[in-house]
Amino acid sequence: MSPTLRTPLMFALVAVLIVGTGIVQSWNSALLILNMGLVSAVMSLGVNLQWGFAGLFNVGVMGFVALGGLSVVLVSMPPVGDAWAAGGARILAGLAIGAGALVAAVLAWRRVARRWRGWAVAALLIAGFAIYRAVLGPAVDAVESVNAASTGYLGGLGLPVLFAWPVGGALAAGAAWIIGKTALGLRSDYLAIATLGIAEIVIAVLKNEDWLARGVKNVIGLPRPVPYEVDLQRDPGFVERAAGFGLDPTTASTLYVKAGYGLLFAAVLVIVLVLAQLALNSPWGRMMRAIRDNETAARAMGKDVTRRHLQVFVLGSAICGVAGAMMTTLDGQLTPSSYQPLRYTFLIWVMVIVGGSGNNYGAVLGGFLIWFLWVQVEPMGQALMGLVTSGLADGPLKSHLLGSVQHMRLLTMGLVLLLVLRFSPRGLLPER
Amino acid sequence: MDMLNAFVALSNFVLIPAIAYGSQLALGALGVTLVYGILRFSNFAHGDTMAFGTMVAILVTWGLQSLGVSLGPLPTALLAIPFGIVGCALLLLATDRLVFRFYRVQKAVPVILVIVSMGVMFVYNGLTRLVIGPENRTFADGARYLVNARQFREWTGLAEPLVIRGTQAITVVTAVIVVALLFWFLTRTRTGKSMRAFSDNEDLALLSGIDPERVVRVTWLIVAALATIAGVLYGLDKSFMPFTYFQLLLPIFAAAIVGGLGSPLGAIAGGYVIAFSEVAITYAWKKVLGYVLPDSLAPDGLVQLMATDYKFAVSFMILVVVLLFRPTGLFRGKSV
Repeated sequence: MSPTLRTPLMFALVAVLIVGTGIVQSWNSALLILNMGLVSAVMSLGVNLQWGFAGLFNVGVMGFVALGGLSVVLVSMPPVGDAWAAGGARILAGLAIGAGALVAAVLAWRRVARRWRGWAVAALLIAGFAIYRAVLGPAVDAVESVNAASTGYLGGLGLPVLFAWPVGGALAAGAAWIIGKTALGLRSDYLAIATLGIAEIVIAVLKNEDWLARGVKNVIGLPRPVPYEVDLQRDPGFVERAAGFGLDPTTASTLYVKAGYGLLFAAVLVIVLVLAQLALNSPWGRMMRAIRDNETAARAMGKDVTRRHLQVFVLGSAICGVAGAMMTTLDGQLTPSSYQPLRYTFLIWVMVIVGGSGNNYGAVLGGFLIWFLWVQVEPMGQALMGLVTSGLADGPLKSHLLGSVQHMRLLTMGLVLLLVLRFSPRGLLPER
Repeated sequence: MDMLNAFVALSNFVLIPAIAYGSQLALGALGVTLVYGILRFSNFAHGDTMAFGTMVAILVTWGLQSLGVSLGPLPTALLAIPFGIVGCALLLLATDRLVFRFYRVQKAVPVILVIVSMGVMFVYNGLTRLVIGPENRTFADGARYLVNARQFREWTGLAEPLVIRGTQAITVVTAVIVVALLFWFLTRTRTGKSMRAFSDNEDLALLSGIDPERVVRVTWLIVAALATIAGVLYGLDKSFMPFTYFQLLLPIFAAAIVGGLGSPLGAIAGGYVIAFSEVAITYAWKKVLGYVLPDSLAPDGLVQLMATDYKFAVSFMILVVVLLFRPTGLFRGKSV
C-alpha cells in the first residue's frame, strides 16, 4: 500500500473506532476517548521530536507532564493572601538562596584554581544548603498552617487557565534545559536513566512540597476554560437548543463541555503538528536526521551536535509540558499520586513506536490508537473473561480471574509493542 | 557510654538497614550488569523480572505453609527460592527465545533492545499483576528478631537497644554466599571464563570457539537466580508489591552505573554506595547527635537532610555526580 493512501486509511480507522464507541457505548465515552487521544497525540509528538527526529532516549516524559500540571495550579488558582503574608516572601528568598548557591558552586568550579576547587564547591554547597533550609523551613511551616484543610499553600496567580498551557511548556522547557545541560552528551542509556530519575524527583517534589501545590492533599476545583454543566442546565436558551436536537439537558451539557475541550485540544494539536511538519521538512529537520543517523559525520560537517541535541530536547519536553497542562485542565484537579511511569512515560513510548517514529502523522495516529486500546482493553477483556469463565463454578478462582481483568491492559500494551517491533519495526506509518 | 549509645543508635537506623538494603541492591545491580556485559543492553525489565521471580517464590511459600512445612526460626520463603529461580529462569529463557534472540541475530543497535525490553517490562508487569494482584504482601515468617531490644538491654545495660531483624541477617548472609558463588563461577569455571571472555571481546571469543547462544543461556540463568534472590530478600525485609519492584529499577541502575556498567565488582560497590547515601541522607540524625554532642549543642530539629520520599533524588544525585566526574563509573566499566 502506498504511504499516501495508508495515512488517510489509518486515520479513517481511528475515526471509525471512536464513532463506533459513540454508537455502541455512549457519545460521552467517545468524546472522553477523543479528548485524551488528542492530549496523548500532543505528548507523542513531543516524544517523536526527541526520539524520531534526533534519536534522544527520554524516559522522563512523566516529569514534564507533571510540570505542565503544576503550571495549571500556579497560573490559574487564586493567590492565598494569608499564606503570602505568612511566608511567601521568605519562601521566595529561600529558593533564591538555593539557586544562588548552585550557581555559585558551578562558577567556583570553573574559576577557582584546580587545587582548591573541590573544597570550595563542597563548602559553598554545604553552607548554601544549611542557609537554604534555615530560611525556607519556618516559612514553609507558616504557609502550610494557614487554613491547612482547604488551602495551606501559596496559591497561584489567578490568571485565566489557558495561560497555563504555554507556561506549562515553558516550565518543562526550563527543567529540560537543566537536565540537558548535565546529561546530554552522555551515552543514550545514561540519558535514559537520568531522565527516569528526574521524572521521579519531580513527582516527589509535587508530593512533598505542600506549600507549592498542596502535595498529596491535591488541588481540586481548578478553573475551567469551558462553562460548567450546571450553569448550562440552568440556561433556558441552552435547554431549548438541546431539546431541538432531541437531547435531555444533562446529556447535552456534558457533551457540550467535552466538545468544547475537544475543540481547544484539537487547535493545539493542529498548531503543534503543523509546526512539527514544517520543522521536519526544513533544513533544520534534515540536519537533525543527519545527526541522528550519523553523529560523527554530522560533527565532521561542522554541526554542533550537543547544542542541537539540547535544542530538540528542550522543544520536545516543552510540548510534553503543554500536553500535561492540557490534561490537568481537563481533569480539573492536580493529583500528584496519580502520576505513574507506566502510564505517563512508557505508554507514550508505545504510542510513538507503534505509530511510527520519525513520522509526525504516525505519532498522532499512535496517540489515538493506543489510547483507544488502553481504554477499551478493559471492557473487552471483561467480556472475554466472562465468556471464558462462564463454564466455571463460582469460587475463588473465578472471582480472581474476573478481578484480574483490569491488569490485562499492561500485558496487551507490552504485546502490542513487541509485535510491532518484531513485524513492523518502523511502525504503522513508517518514516519516509 | 554516650559514644557507645550513639554507635548503637547509628547501627540500628543507618548501618544495619543500609547494609541489608545495599546487599539487595547489589544483587539486583549484578543482574543488570551481567545482562549489560554479555547481551550489551540496559534491561528495563529487570525490576519486573525480580517481581516475577519473587511472586513464584511467594506462591510456593504459601503452598509450603499450607502443607505445614516450615524452617523453624528461618522464613519458609528460603525453601521456596529454588522454585522461584526455576520459574523465573523458564520465563527469561522463553523471553530470550521468543523476543531477544531475533534482535541479537539481526545485530540490532543496543537502544532498540532497550525499547524491546520496555515491551517485555510491560508484559512481565501485567503477568505479575494478573497472577498475584497489585496489592502489598508480606510473606516473612519464622523468628522476627535475631537480637531484640530487651535481650540487648539485659546483656549490656546500654540505654539504646540494638535491634537486628532476622531478615536483615539472612539478607547479608545470603548475599555474601551468592556473591562468593558468582565470583567463583566467573573466575574458576570454564563456562564462567567463557562468559568473561565474551563480555571482554566478542569477536575474539567467537573465534576461539565459544558458543554464543550457550553463553547467553547461562547468563539468563544466572540473572534469574540473582533477580529472584534479590527480590525475595527485599520482600522478606520489607514487603512485596509489584509497583515497588518496578521502582527499584532506578536505584539498581544507579548502583550498576555508579560502579561501572559491566563490572560485577562495581555493581556490589555501587549497591552499597547508593544504599548508604539513601539511608544517611533521609535519616533524622537528632538521636545520634544528641548522644555525641554535649548537651549545650544538642540539636532542636530532627536534623534530617531530606524527607524520606526524596530517596530517589539521592540515588539520582550520586548518579549525576559520578557521570559528570567519572563517566565509566568507579570500577571502569564499559562505555560502548
